Amino acid sequence: MEFLRNRLDTLKKPFAKGEKLEKFAPAINAFDTFLFVPNHTTQKGAHIRDAVDLKRTMVTVIIALLPALVYGIYNTGYQYYSQTGETFTFLDAFIHGAWKIVPMIAVSYIVGLAIEFAFAIYRGHEVNEGYLVTGLLIPMIMPVDIPLWMVALSVAFAVLIAKEAFGGTGMNILNPALTARAFAFFAYPTYMSGNKVWVSEAGAVDGISGETILGTLAAGGQVNYSMFEMFQGAIPGSIAETSTLWVLAGALVLIATGVASWRIMVGGVLGAALVGFLFNLWGANALMSFSWMNHLVVGGFAFGIVFMATDPVSAAQTQKGKWIYGFLVGVFCILIRVFNPAYPEGVMLAILLMNVFAPTIDHYVVEGNISKRKKRWASAQLKTA
Amino acid sequence: MSNDIRIRRGAQLKLRGQAEKILNVAEPSKTYALQPDDFFATTPKLAVREGDQVAQGTPIFFDKKDPRIQFVSPVSGVVQAVVRGAKRKILKVVIAAEGSRQQKHNVSAENRSSREQIIDLLLTSGCWPFIKQRPYDVVANPDDKPQAILVSTYATAPLDVDFEFLLKNNKAEFQAGVDVLTKLTDGSVFLTYDNSFGGFFTEVQNVKPISVKGPHPAGDPSVQIQKLCPINSGDRVWVVRPEDVVNIGRFFETGIYDGQRTVAIAGNAVAAPQYFQTKIGAEIAPLLDIAQMDTSRPVRVINGNVLTGTAIASDGHIGFYNNLVSVIPEGNHYRMFGWLPFVGNHIPSLSNTSLSWLFGKKGYEVDTNLNGEERALVVTGEMEKVFPMDIYPMQLLKACMVEDIEKMEALGIYEVVSEDFGLIDYANTSKIEAQEIIRKGIELMIKEVG
Repeated sequence: MEFLRNRLDTLKKPFAKGEKLEKFAPAINAFDTFLFVPNHTTQKGAHIRDAVDLKRTMVTVIIALLPALVYGIYNTGYQYYSQTGETFTFLDAFIHGAWKIVPMIAVSYIVGLAIEFAFAIYRGHEVNEGYLVTGLLIPMIMPVDIPLWMVALSVAFAVLIAKEAFGGTGMNILNPALTARAFAFFAYPTYMSGNKVWVSEAGAVDGISGETILGTLAAGGQVNYSMFEMFQGAIPGSIAETSTLWVLAGALVLIATGVASWRIMVGGVLGAALVGFLFNLWGANALMSFSWMNHLVVGGFAFGIVFMATDPVSAAQTQKGKWIYGFLVGVFCILIRVFNPAYPEGVMLAILLMNVFAPTIDHYVVEGNISKRKKRWASAQLKTA
Repeated sequence: MSNDIRIRRGAQLKLRGQAEKILNVAEPSKTYALQPDDFFATTPKLAVREGDQVAQGTPIFFDKKDPRIQFVSPVSGVVQAVVRGAKRKILKVVIAAEGSRQQKHNVSAENRSSREQIIDLLLTSGCWPFIKQRPYDVVANPDDKPQAILVSTYATAPLDVDFEFLLKNNKAEFQAGVDVLTKLTDGSVFLTYDNSFGGFFTEVQNVKPISVKGPHPAGDPSVQIQKLCPINSGDRVWVVRPEDVVNIGRFFETGIYDGQRTVAIAGNAVAAPQYFQTKIGAEIAPLLDIAQMDTSRPVRVINGNVLTGTAIASDGHIGFYNNLVSVIPEGNHYRMFGWLPFVGNHIPSLSNTSLSWLFGKKGYEVDTNLNGEERALVVTGEMEKVFPMDIYPMQLLKACMVEDIEKMEALGIYEVVSEDFGLIDYANTSKIEAQEIIRKGIELMIKEVG
């Protein structure tokens, strides 16, 4: 450890203040601080600090994502082999999935981090860790057969337009990962919807039914999966969204560590369940009569509400606001599913919509506090007058 | 008889090195220092020069904006040095103790019958700076009439002192001081004390006794004031520290200014943490010796507690408002992969990404490592967990950052002082310097609104 530290210190010399490569210091620091928590001491303010930092927070989210990712990789292979009818083992399925998905993750990280590093150097701040999560989320919410260059383009769009254009980490209005998906969704619709994209190499196999459950319902078809299958996740869909079971495992990690807001998650489930239930009562079409419980486990709802809606930067920031925001994400998700047959999956658009309104929600929550204070001032003035 | 304040949000950090309840009377210090930085937003104007003879109670400097506010020498002696920093800013005035000259004031009954006379005596004696004003945490303006006066004896900061223990030999002077304070306001003098043990504070007359329960920052005046008499635009509430009530009381009994200061030397870099009775501005070094400061490694000596105090050199002097000197090791070391969740559980953490809560029974060893680097504000909701006031801390911080005075006012800048954000400094993931931001915000308010 001592040896490694000394090597690093020598390596960093040309990046020190006043040296030749000073401008590139954020790049080397990003690597260094991954090996060692730096020796910086408090200079002003509190003299002692909590052990938590942004790296630890973001890594906790990545840990929470792993169960869904591993299952997603397996499910990719499982869907492929069950369509072709070949016999396969768990390992076969996993390898097939990994062969597809690992390159997507690599492309996402390489393109995204390159842009992040460039902006850190250009703006002269340290590299923020937020992209570690975004960069993993983006491949996880894409269809498996999307070409890698589309992944790269979506990532570039999301980081540049959704994040850096607004000032970088902490300033963005929209969730960058969902922006990437929305970009791909509207720019390359044939790769992002329909019944050919959800199962790997589906085009090669004749007559397969690789449609998602929501897609089937929107087209007026019949769903042949039991609720348990939908919950456990062996169904077609975006890479890591299908298994509500493993998403819940991640949710437990996030809630137990306090990294993501349970208020948003609970609010979202309540909103979706309520609207789903009301539609069940109405029951005018297949999607309306689709049980509200099933609505909670199919499609990207679980994944979205646990990992995307809870992004602290683009969500509401006040505690009360988080309840309202989460609830409305759930409500709009089901509304879009039921009323808009062009978009059988509603959670992406619901979250993006609420991202836009989150500051408004916060504004009214904070305004409540302000007007309470102003009222107190006014009544105090009356008393003295 | 008492009203309760119960605080739920906050955090009680249990650190090693709590001062043992041994009260030593310290040897008189060789030099004493007055440090203008102890008085927020005060511009000092010197009343003496190097080499001048001063008595105990002779003005050393006064406030440039209000020359009636004087800061006086705690001892008789000679002005040894005026230490200046950048732009000739006065950092401290050092007085070498010598002789026993004392400035005596006439405190007879007829000379203190009116509020004006009392204020005049407080001003000329040098006792006035003991009275601080909210909003802004500055020395009070003698022309104001405060809505209320608060004396908080419930100290909740890490390693903080037990005022009941510290003042139990000064009961009579404390009562005398309280009686003076009651003359200064038409409202109440609130005396808050620890709900679990109020000691002699529960017997003090002419005050509104309030018991307080809850974790830090329950002892902070801002938190208590918001519950007792929230500050509106234009309101003034005065705050006096418990030992300064004693100092005021003693002055009105003897006519002589006596800046008694009892400090606890505490923290995990001293082997024998304990209390010392000395005077304002005394040298710290001899006390650190008796408390057996760790000299084997670099340490940080802090005037005040580890969350809100000011770092000083180990040959420095005790601050004007300090009852606590914290000494902790410096933390300029690397920790390999220390950012992984559940790594480094010996570091106290309020986050559930650490198992530190399992290891805190005997108190935590702390150092000054930042445990990360400053980042953009990302995580939300964590500030509210340690901030028990009815104020949105992150929104207020952002309003201060962009210097939006109207927003700051609306979000409650009058009700807070920078020390209220000490726990936020400590706990926030992005390592934002919240106290610094609030301090700058308040400086802006003083400049623009007054």
